[in-house]
Amino acid sequence: MSHSGERSALIAKLKRIRALVFKESLQIFRDPSSIAIAIILPFVLLLIFGYGVSLDAVHVPIAVVQDSRTPASEGFVASLRNSRWFSARPYANLHDAVEALKRQDVEGILWLRENFGREIESFHNGPIHVIVDGVDDNTARLVEGYLNDTWQTWLALRNQRGRLPSVLPVDLEARIWFNPDNRSRDFLIPGLVAVIMTLIGSLLTALVIAREWERGTMEALFVTPVSMGEILIGKFIPYFLLGMMGMGLSVLMSRYLFEVPLRGSLLILTLTSALFLTSALGMGLLISTAAKNQFVAGQIAIVFTFLPAFILSGFIFDIHSMPTFIQAITHIIPASYFVTILQSVFLAGDIPGVIIPNSVALALFSVFLFALVRRISRKRIE
Amino acid sequence: MERLRRILRLVQKEFLALLKDKKSRMVLIVPPTVQLLVFSFAATFDLKNISYAVWNEDTGIYSRQLLARFSGSPNFHLARTITHEQEVAPLIDNRKVLLILHIRSDFSRNLLSGSPARVEALLDGRQSNTAMILFGYVQTIVSDYTTDIANQRGIPTPIAPIDLRAWYNPNLKSRWFIVPGIVGLLTLVVTLLVTALSVAREREDGTFDQLLVTPLTPFDLILGKVLPGFVIGLIEATGIIVVAQLVFHIPLRGSIEALYLGLFLFILSGLGVGLMISSVVSTQQQGLLGAFLFLVPSIVLSGFASPIANMPPLIQDLTLLNPLRYFLVILREVFLQGAGVTILLPEYEALTAIGLGSLLLAGHFFKRKMG
Repeated sequence: MSHSGERSALIAKLKRIRALVFKESLQIFRDPSSIAIAIILPFVLLLIFGYGVSLDAVHVPIAVVQDSRTPASEGFVASLRNSRWFSARPYANLHDAVEALKRQDVEGILWLRENFGREIESFHNGPIHVIVDGVDDNTARLVEGYLNDTWQTWLALRNQRGRLPSVLPVDLEARIWFNPDNRSRDFLIPGLVAVIMTLIGSLLTALVIAREWERGTMEALFVTPVSMGEILIGKFIPYFLLGMMGMGLSVLMSRYLFEVPLRGSLLILTLTSALFLTSALGMGLLISTAAKNQFVAGQIAIVFTFLPAFILSGFIFDIHSMPTFIQAITHIIPASYFVTILQSVFLAGDIPGVIIPNSVALALFSVFLFALVRRISRKRIE
Repeated sequence: MERLRRILRLVQKEFLALLKDKKSRMVLIVPPTVQLLVFSFAATFDLKNISYAVWNEDTGIYSRQLLARFSGSPNFHLARTITHEQEVAPLIDNRKVLLILHIRSDFSRNLLSGSPARVEALLDGRQSNTAMILFGYVQTIVSDYTTDIANQRGIPTPIAPIDLRAWYNPNLKSRWFIVPGIVGLLTLVVTLLVTALSVAREREDGTFDQLLVTPLTPFDLILGKVLPGFVIGLIEATGIIVVAQLVFHIPLRGSIEALYLGLFLFILSGLGVGLMISSVVSTQQQGLLGAFLFLVPSIVLSGFASPIANMPPLIQDLTLLNPLRYFLVILREVFLQGAGVTILLPEYEALTAIGLGSLLLAGHFFKRKMG
């Protein structure tokens, strides 16, 4: 008897949740901005990010100044021209080149002095003089690395031709796993998907509960038999489905438009995305519940979602290089776990040692956030 | 005179709307300051605490000499020594190490006999930027070692073939590049915070209709919304700049006038775009979407972390509409390169055009909604 009573109570509960989901879906269709958040936001952002962000510098414009044209200097400049990293622009003298650097027409100056030929023969210090604009340190360092490479290649070739002994007793070779061509896009795009999903998840739900409070419809819901838990589930389900659509779109674009390899399984990708989306929606619901009005909830969403996910998730700046106390802060950013998962699932495969601990962290976040939302909401009813 | 008083009343109302709510006040003041500190420490391309493993099959002295240079470097941290190939994949797959140095058994023999001795650096390419920077560090250590070996044997080698001089940032510190950028990012966020949702809120609350029955013109309304944002933006940006100076010791080599002229015009264009979003949308949810559709691309396509020169031509053209792009140039040139007002004229002009253009459009949308 009591068993069938429990059963009918459960059925009634499910019916109430279904009605709430229906109501929320109607609201979604009335103001299509939610659908835009789930579909247009990832589409536009991935296009812009995917084409716009690249840390690989190719054809870096560099000024070349030769004080005197000798066979040696001509040879080196020729190998520079053949390199895909540089586009060499000759300048008649150092003064003109410096002016070009100041105007930012070129990223650096390669200055081969009068005695360049003699300097390499006698192995004096630094035959190649390079001036870069150090403001953008990353590009400056890339230019130095590429020039070094070009120099080593040229020197080896020259010694081979002249049957001279190899200058370099130790030969260093890089093997880059998972991304042998070292395309920065392949590692940036999975990270971007995580950042975009953070935005979608929180934006979808950041205003929904605040809106109910502001319009007084929350009180209206309280006089019905629905419980707070059911209201939250009713809010969660439609936005979860919308968010997963956005995720599906992002994965399709990464795979087919940007040709990022997907080496892990779709099942793991879907499961981990569902976990992450749950925590992101939970974050949005928490903002919404705590702020109580839409204006403040919107402000909190602007301040606390994008920039932390952009800078602290490890998607562009390596977490291991941050000071210890900042590394501790990154542990409370769910996106940092998802970035790690996605980079592995896309580029390396289903690696249990990466997937399991990070998924557990995301699950804990989801549980914690929803428990917190539940707690704060219950207090308000009293 | 009467009109001026009305506008002042409006400004007063806007200040109240922004600051009367304690939560709103907190959001405006606390996060930008905290974020400046956290982000400035976090955002760096310099690598530290690099954990690496060694797989040394060579028993000679040379490999030990070379490896000692890595274990002696403050940036490297030896996490594991391995002896079999099977141990390689789990270490890299599970992100236990970023780098494995592999030295084959013939390393010392080859080095003695003068044939090339090979060192392999196995790197985790999931973070390809980190991998590239790290490989640069490995190259430096190995080539230093090579040079020493060569010199011991009396073989002359160019000690360092490249003599690099980096202007404005001689030690190539990431932070000098990033922190001025963060000043721009946070200023943009603050201007959006005060404007993007403000008109939509009035519309949802119904107070917009009340404004319509007052004698205020669209111009007055815009002015009333812009002035408080201006004051808040200027105060916050000043705070951020002071912290950048005091905590991070970023040199401020240029003129304060050049910096503040840029800041003034940048806040103007940020507020203009924010108000434009706000006046087009009809709900706060749409306003929030608009804010992000503007904020995210402006940051990504500003040159903050990845250079505009690396972008495809079409995207580069698109960045010409981005106010943050110009402000970052102003910030970096004033802070690091000691620029004055005249050299930055093109940037000021672009910001003025964006600011006036967006404010005019915002006024136009206001007028349409009012009519």
